[in-house]
Amino acid sequence: MPLIKDNSFTKDHWTALPDGLPLAGAVDAIISFKRLEQDWDEISLHNGRVGVLLDNSSDAEALQPYLDRLDLVVLEFPVFNDGRAYSQARIVRSQLGFSGEIRATGDVLPDQAGLMMRCGFDSFEVSGGQSLEVWQRAANSLTLSYQRNYPKVGEKPRHDRSERAAAILTDTDRAGAAL
Amino acid sequence: MYRYDEFDINFVNARVDQFRDQISRRLNGDLTEEQFKPLRLMNGLYLQLHAYMLRVAIPYGTLSSRQMRQLAFIAERFDKDYGHFTTRQNIQFNWPKLEDMADILTHLADVEMHAIQTSGNCIRNVTADHWAGVAADEVEDPRPYAELLRQWSSVHPEFTFLPRKFKIAVTGAPNDRAAVAFHDIGLKVKENEDGEAGFEVLAGGGMGRTPVVGVTIRDWLRKKDLLAYVEAIMRVYNLHGRRDNKYKARIKILVMDLGADEFRRQVDEEFAKIDAPEVLLPEEEIQRISAYFAPPDCEKLDDNDSTLDGHLKENTAFRLWHDTNIATHKIPGYAIVNISLKPIGGIPGDANSAQMRIVAELAERYNHDEIRVNYEQNLVLPYVRKSDLFQVWQELVDAELATDNLGLVTDIICCPGLDYCALATARSIPIAQEISNHFSDAGKQREIGDLKIKISGCINACGHHHAGHIGILGLEKRGQEYYQITLGGSGDENAAIGAIVGPGFSYAEVVPAVDKIVDTYMDLREEGETFLEAYRRVGAAPFKEALYAAH
Amino acid sequence: MAKKSEAAKVVTANRLGDGLVVFLGQEGVWVEDIGKAEIAHANGDADALLQQGLNAEKANHVVEPYLIDVGDDEAAVTPLHIRERIRTLGPSVRLDLGKQAGEHLF
Repeated sequence: MPLIKDNSFTKDHWTALPDGLPLAGAVDAIISFKRLEQDWDEISLHNGRVGVLLDNSSDAEALQPYLDRLDLVVLEFPVFNDGRAYSQARIVRSQLGFSGEIRATGDVLPDQAGLMMRCGFDSFEVSGGQSLEVWQRAANSLTLSYQRNYPKVGEKPRHDRSERAAAILTDTDRAGAAL
Repeated sequence: MYRYDEFDINFVNARVDQFRDQISRRLNGDLTEEQFKPLRLMNGLYLQLHAYMLRVAIPYGTLSSRQMRQLAFIAERFDKDYGHFTTRQNIQFNWPKLEDMADILTHLADVEMHAIQTSGNCIRNVTADHWAGVAADEVEDPRPYAELLRQWSSVHPEFTFLPRKFKIAVTGAPNDRAAVAFHDIGLKVKENEDGEAGFEVLAGGGMGRTPVVGVTIRDWLRKKDLLAYVEAIMRVYNLHGRRDNKYKARIKILVMDLGADEFRRQVDEEFAKIDAPEVLLPEEEIQRISAYFAPPDCEKLDDNDSTLDGHLKENTAFRLWHDTNIATHKIPGYAIVNISLKPIGGIPGDANSAQMRIVAELAERYNHDEIRVNYEQNLVLPYVRKSDLFQVWQELVDAELATDNLGLVTDIICCPGLDYCALATARSIPIAQEISNHFSDAGKQREIGDLKIKISGCINACGHHHAGHIGILGLEKRGQEYYQITLGGSGDENAAIGAIVGPGFSYAEVVPAVDKIVDTYMDLREEGETFLEAYRRVGAAPFKEALYAAH
Repeated sequence: MAKKSEAAKVVTANRLGDGLVVFLGQEGVWVEDIGKAEIAHANGDADALLQQGLNAEKANHVVEPYLIDVGDDEAAVTPLHIRERIRTLGPSVRLDLGKQAGEHLF
């Protein structure tokens, strides 16, 4: 699957490792959350980087004990209008303070990418036919937003809890945004 | 009323540009209908029975004359010269073209209006008491909070693909005119023991195929916690609401499945994780938005107006209208004028462009430029001097807008039904028209008294039939329309769901059945007892007897 | 069990650009007048007609094509179900609007 990051196609260095296959070498491996929990002792000693795939009915907070060792969290959109992963990303990024990569996989459409970025996603697995030009235009088509406690489209994801901002634009924000 | 600043204007324009691009991608085939559908719905665009339908938000039901004139212009230029005021403080245009849609939205943006989130599985147009700011019984004007929620929910990054649609209503008065108990979240401004105003929060109410009266999940919430608390509710719902069955996907099902106590616990737990919740809604921001809703400069007037008294004595038609359509204002010498959009035999909620322009004109001349739209599909002029009432009435008469039936049997709430709606199973408008014609006599209507008939053309209940004193639900059986009648529903502060009275009726049997119900009530009522009071006293038995007993 | 006689069918949809109700006519042309619609009398013909409609949807000419049952006596083609009759004619409460008022029929 093509991967988009920072509005460009990018090489995917990660390998999705199906449950049951051995974790060996220095490969950057994406493993299921179930396996992560079961084989944590082994996984924590892995030479390569570790990413986790969390399905969208699982509790995102359960990732907390492992986050320091993780470089990637992959969240799923089984269909584009199943929006649970927006909240999962928000929890991982903002409540758990994860600073690594959060990737969207599944039915990932350009018109939803702006919202995903604001919830903390920063990479996107898209379908084969995706035009980059359409992606860039759609993903960045609405850069203004009212919710200051979520980053704007294109703004660096906030994971530092000290950066508390209002859930609504204040007068000061408005003055700045109108410039 | 609220005025857009530069940011709001830029935001709405950017949203129009975004949709313009999406429309062009749809027209050139880059987007399939399946991909486009949620995008168009979130911009208020449906595909209905005959054509596309655009639903425009009238947030908390407040409109300026300029905005009303623009709606008239859109009706005339892009539609068939009329619009339909809905049961959720929206207006619908029934015949717009997809090709014109971006231009229509630009015309709306020009007058600080939009169709954002009037459909789709997102937070819908936030509704409020239509007498907000002027009602004598009000604790506080709820509209600043509705406006804050409107802004906060507009293209919310996290809560735009919810399990199902989500409706929030706010009232600031103990007499609930916003039906808050029938919303996913209902907010009531109320004071705590220390006299500080905050919110009672209800959740899990709704109509549809599973009608539920919302439960109080927080007795009192600090104002500055409003957005944090609503965010907590939304997150619990977004993560745990059912997505496997669209009929079980509303928050009411989650609240019922978990039980109110467990739901409350989960929300409180989430709320506790949002640290410094007051940061989310700074006090200065509440103040800033509230300032927009400060009452207009009203004159210091004597509450009694002798010219008004004279007209009331001399003119019977005026007096009849005054009795039903005028409500008490909190400022002496002023009145709340309710304009019925329920002419006898007419289509509930429809207004043509000429009527919209006349209402705009009246609002400009007599009413500080402000119009309200309510969920009962009528309009309100909230600041008319008592001394101007006769003049306003005369002009309404000329425009065929002076129907004197507010709250009476012919003031019927009615969804578009099978005449327009792709989801409908039966027609609702002609049923409303026939009931209206049947009870057209002004004297008879007054004799019957307060009686709310509400009609839906399908189980989705847009016509609020569950909350009707008499509710009528149109269904289909073997290709024929038939109608189920419920009794005893109410959308006010004593919210109740109507109970099905018995087997359904064919199209032709509905008016005779309603007639029997009304006759039965009039026979058994005690002195001064309304239909709903009588029903609550005697129950359904006498009505069943009248409807179904073999004669 | 006696085989129920199959109703005649036509394919209807809404046109993508203006949303108006259209019917699949001869040679794949979408027409606004149901009287000019291609009528299928056997199940196999109806399936083929619907497939033609679905192809037109893929080609982004129309939205949500589907089959409706019609009666086609000498005088007129009339949908059997009330929903489709209203859709074909216009709102029953506004006889001045829609196809029943002669709008969009050319």
